[in-house]
Amino acid sequence: MTVLVIAEHDNAGLKAATLNTVAAAARIGGDIHVLVAGAACGGAAEAAARLAGVSRVKVADAAAYAEQGAENLTALLVDVVKTGAYSHVLAPATTGGKNVLPRVAALLDVAQISDIIAVESADTFVRPIYAGNALATVKSADPVKVITVRTTAFDAVAEGGSAQVEAIAAGPDLGQSKLVGRELTVSARPELGAAKIIVSGGRGMGSGDNYKAVLEPLADKLGAALGASRAAVDAGYVPNDYQVGQTGKIVAPQLYLAVGISGAIQHLAGMKDSKVIVAINKDPEAPIFQVADYGLVADLFEAVPQLVGSL
Amino acid sequence: MKILVPVKRVIDYNVKVRVKADQSGVELANVKMAMNPFDEIAVEEAVRLKEAGTATEVVAVSAGVAQCQETLRTAMAIGADRGILVESAAELQPLAVAKLLKALVQKEQPQLVILGKQAIDDDSNQTGQMLAALLGWPQATFASKVEVAGERVQVTREIDGGLETLSLPLPAVITTDLRLNEPRYATLPNIMKAKKKPLDTVQPADLGVDVSPRLTTLKVVEPAARGAGIKVADVAQLIDKLKNEAKVI
Repeated sequence: MTVLVIAEHDNAGLKAATLNTVAAAARIGGDIHVLVAGAACGGAAEAAARLAGVSRVKVADAAAYAEQGAENLTALLVDVVKTGAYSHVLAPATTGGKNVLPRVAALLDVAQISDIIAVESADTFVRPIYAGNALATVKSADPVKVITVRTTAFDAVAEGGSAQVEAIAAGPDLGQSKLVGRELTVSARPELGAAKIIVSGGRGMGSGDNYKAVLEPLADKLGAALGASRAAVDAGYVPNDYQVGQTGKIVAPQLYLAVGISGAIQHLAGMKDSKVIVAINKDPEAPIFQVADYGLVADLFEAVPQLVGSL
Repeated sequence: MKILVPVKRVIDYNVKVRVKADQSGVELANVKMAMNPFDEIAVEEAVRLKEAGTATEVVAVSAGVAQCQETLRTAMAIGADRGILVESAAELQPLAVAKLLKALVQKEQPQLVILGKQAIDDDSNQTGQMLAALLGWPQATFASKVEVAGERVQVTREIDGGLETLSLPLPAVITTDLRLNEPRYATLPNIMKAKKKPLDTVQPADLGVDVSPRLTTLKVVEPAARGAGIKVADVAQLIDKLKNEAKVI
């Protein structure tokens, strides 16, 4: 039994989500191989080789993978899985993993098991459904288990390995989708998915300007990442990549500060595994208080500046 | 250009889901059902492309029980021209649905298939990608902007950390993210008109597709509840608790 983990990386190094995915692979058992597909991705491959529990790193280094397009990656992955006779294929349930892995599953003619939070056995996994309002235990009858992993459910593996790095031949460049451009949010703050503290704002912020003026000083003081509820995104206060919830990012920081967020179940689905939750809301009946460890019923426009001043 | 829009019937967004006592699934009896919200966005986008003169016909498709006809009528009330129901009482998993849709694509020959990025019941986020793979078509998932220009479509995608714009040759598969558009409310005259639009029904066997599930659900349980904590009186007490009790700052 050999598990293949698809690395998420920026060519120079690994994204944190890869470390959680290797941890999930270790729960399944068997050998763990990591596939790094990129362009000039030697740095990422070396980082993968140092991860505890990884026995082999396969590297497909070609211009065809520079943009991480789904079509080219799929063609490579299907070939690697078939020739390597892998029993499991794992990728993090990030936008990258979610984009590519179902394509791979379809061409292997197997089901995909999305967003697992626990491994019961080599063929049985637990995954949230209905925005985390229910947990389903599912068993796969397929010869290859294709799985995306909820990264917050598995603690990252440490370094300490020295896997063999093997270059493999690149697959075809299908030339189907072309990258026109990327607009990535440039921020000195930590990444939402990896932050220890998250300050999140909701509709109660009232406007994008208020969101910035009130929450940015708090995030800066705490070294926190900024997040938002879907309501705040829908209202146009912040970009969509701030969104925490069923249809946004799933986070589990040490401290989650929900400011002006009522606490719709779709939002709770994205943050209720946080270690400590603080809610600041002027409505004492807001559902967010039902999950908050510390609730402060107050006007956020007074309480947050006061908090910034006292920290 | 013809656009195919698959739509799924799911428990309404506002309903509090309850797990069945025997752990076999969630309670569906006497629960309000509705179109998956991301699929509504897909229908709206297709209808806008038709209104802009880019598309000539919008065909809505649903797979599932007979009541999915209501979901198709909703799609037609938004503006889809006709509906196709693949009727099956069996549990249809994403791979099976992708195979059914592939068979319909081969029959209908659309240039574009627009689907919701995920259904809010099983939260799988698979069907669009699987369909694209089975057809050998390019895909643009999590779309926040769609522009058709000649033989290509330019799609802006919501990705971790920001936005990405792809240009795809047609035919292609697009899945919708929530900021793509705000679906219109179906007006009463349009709801009445939708009742007269054509709706065909086919069986999975007619399409030559084996829909047997690959995953067996062993049990469904409620997650461990997170208890409410305490209310603090003021900011000073909050800081004290975070520093000395929770020790997180």
